[in-house]
Amino acid sequence: MDDKKFALGSSNHDFPLIFERSQAGRRAAQPPKADEVDLGELLGAENLRQTAARLPEVSELDLVRHFTQLAQRQFSIDGNFYPLGSCTMKYNPKVNEEAAKLFSELHPYQDPATAQGALELLYNLQDYLGEITGMDAVSLQPAAGAHGELTGILIIRAFHQANGEGEQRRVVIVPDGAHGTNPATAAMVGYEVVEVASDKNGEVDLSAFKEALGPHVAAVMLTNPNTVGVFETNILEISRLAHEVGAQLYYDGANLNAVMGYARPGDMGFDVVHLNLHKTFTTPHGGGGPGTGPVGVKAHLRDFLPVPLVKKEAEGFSFDYDLPRSIGRMRSFYGNFGNLVRAYTYIRALGKEGLKQVSAMAVLNANYLRIKMKEIGFNIAFDRINMHEFVAQPPAGLKTLDIAKALLDYGAHPMTVYFPLIVKEAMMVEPTETESLETLDQYADILSEILKRAENDPDYLAQAPYHTPVRRLDEVKAARKPVLRYSFSTD
Amino acid sequence: MQTPSELKYSRSHEWSQVSADGKLITVGISDFAQDQLGDVVFVELPEPGRKVNAGEAVAVIESVKTASDIYAPVSGEIIEVNEALLDAPEGINDSPYEAGWLFKIRSENPAELAELLDAAAYIKIAEEG
Repeated sequence: MDDKKFALGSSNHDFPLIFERSQAGRRAAQPPKADEVDLGELLGAENLRQTAARLPEVSELDLVRHFTQLAQRQFSIDGNFYPLGSCTMKYNPKVNEEAAKLFSELHPYQDPATAQGALELLYNLQDYLGEITGMDAVSLQPAAGAHGELTGILIIRAFHQANGEGEQRRVVIVPDGAHGTNPATAAMVGYEVVEVASDKNGEVDLSAFKEALGPHVAAVMLTNPNTVGVFETNILEISRLAHEVGAQLYYDGANLNAVMGYARPGDMGFDVVHLNLHKTFTTPHGGGGPGTGPVGVKAHLRDFLPVPLVKKEAEGFSFDYDLPRSIGRMRSFYGNFGNLVRAYTYIRALGKEGLKQVSAMAVLNANYLRIKMKEIGFNIAFDRINMHEFVAQPPAGLKTLDIAKALLDYGAHPMTVYFPLIVKEAMMVEPTETESLETLDQYADILSEILKRAENDPDYLAQAPYHTPVRRLDEVKAARKPVLRYSFSTD
Repeated sequence: MQTPSELKYSRSHEWSQVSADGKLITVGISDFAQDQLGDVVFVELPEPGRKVNAGEAVAVIESVKTASDIYAPVSGEIIEVNEALLDAPEGINDSPYEAGWLFKIRSENPAELAELLDAAAYIKIAEEG
């Protein structure tokens, strides 16, 4: 019996693809008839299709059921615990959406004089993000964290070129645990990437760092707390050494959510910072939606920022294009405005003390879960007080991937696996600030049960998951021979 | 884990097989490295004829877990690459020391060979991880 045909509603069975539901002549919507116009004349005869598009033909109800069933498969922070380290899958408060809706009628081409409220919001957000990070000027334009990195490194390059040091400075230093986007950004801007090792505490190895430094270095890119969830305690020394040789210090803001209100990159000596608004300021994450990666700089780099910035004058708010040394535009219009409204709303809703509490809770939750996981038998890669995330390893003989698969059966999302690369069998856990004590305990209980089952039945982990809509996927085949389009039976 | 004693090793987990005259170096990744990477899905190999420096990233191995740079153990010219891996990268997992070889370098600086590790020293590094 074919399971697909008997999967009514949402069940544990797989359900048919939209093309498999298709019956000739069924319609969910009636497009207007084109009888009265000559489409060939209107569009150009060469642009008309000769054969009908093979679109699925379904009723409205079938269509709704199909997409509802797909949506029910969606794993989301609104439904379940999602402790994906480094990615920061934090809850997005619903008030953000209410605020974003208020601006839905705005058009980017309308006269700024008629959009003063929107400009005021942008102006204030530039200001708030500058205050939170300790930077003197902020551009809200970049459309993602990695885009912010590109913007920041282009600014640093323009700065060195303006000083006549463009040729001399050809290297960007990144730690070996860096996010992959750091070396990728540096390479994209044309720099040579030099990695420096981490020491056994998980911090940048100072002697290796000193050795890599020199007048040929354009920038040092760091994340603090770093990618193993550890605060770089030597940051002031690192900053002093980098500046001594004329390099600029770049802050990857991926982990700012651990230190908001407690420490500012600007005070640590960073010259440029990018923020991932989805990680720290609760804009939506993933799903291919628009991202936002504002960039902040110290005063000596302000002139290189992308145009326009938003400025405030006696007669009101306006766009400031007067930055003759600007690296130029990084994105059309004014960034992903809807996300900027959401981040603004979050900052205003929580205020100064609220943002501090976010970081405190994120760190507390991560430390609590680290100790729980240690108690039930996981190894902790850098066993010290961590920040908002930590790196664990499975007990000897077990594979991280297998434990991740087993977690799916319990409706809990696995932690980030196999990152950072410098830790074998890495499991990177970031519970985020909004999770309750009960949720953290439950996750630890699930992990404990998985370890016990693995001990009693050596085959259990290798076969997991057991209760998901599809069992273990063939990852090699998915990478090497992905099926990306539907094969019609008539093909 | 196999670590043949007749080969030389790098800290970045490549093995080097040195020809009798010391001039031709065949390079692959260790059994330990392939086990850590997991199933290999893509391999990017250098162009034959390319001049490389010791420690330069010359190839990329992508597994279901991660993509890793492969570094030239010695300086010289790439004279041959294992094209069979482009279609069958699983050779690296199945046979890291034979079918899974990656490229051959004509060495230009024999002194660099002394920098490479013997099997015992490499095993120690791999275990410490």
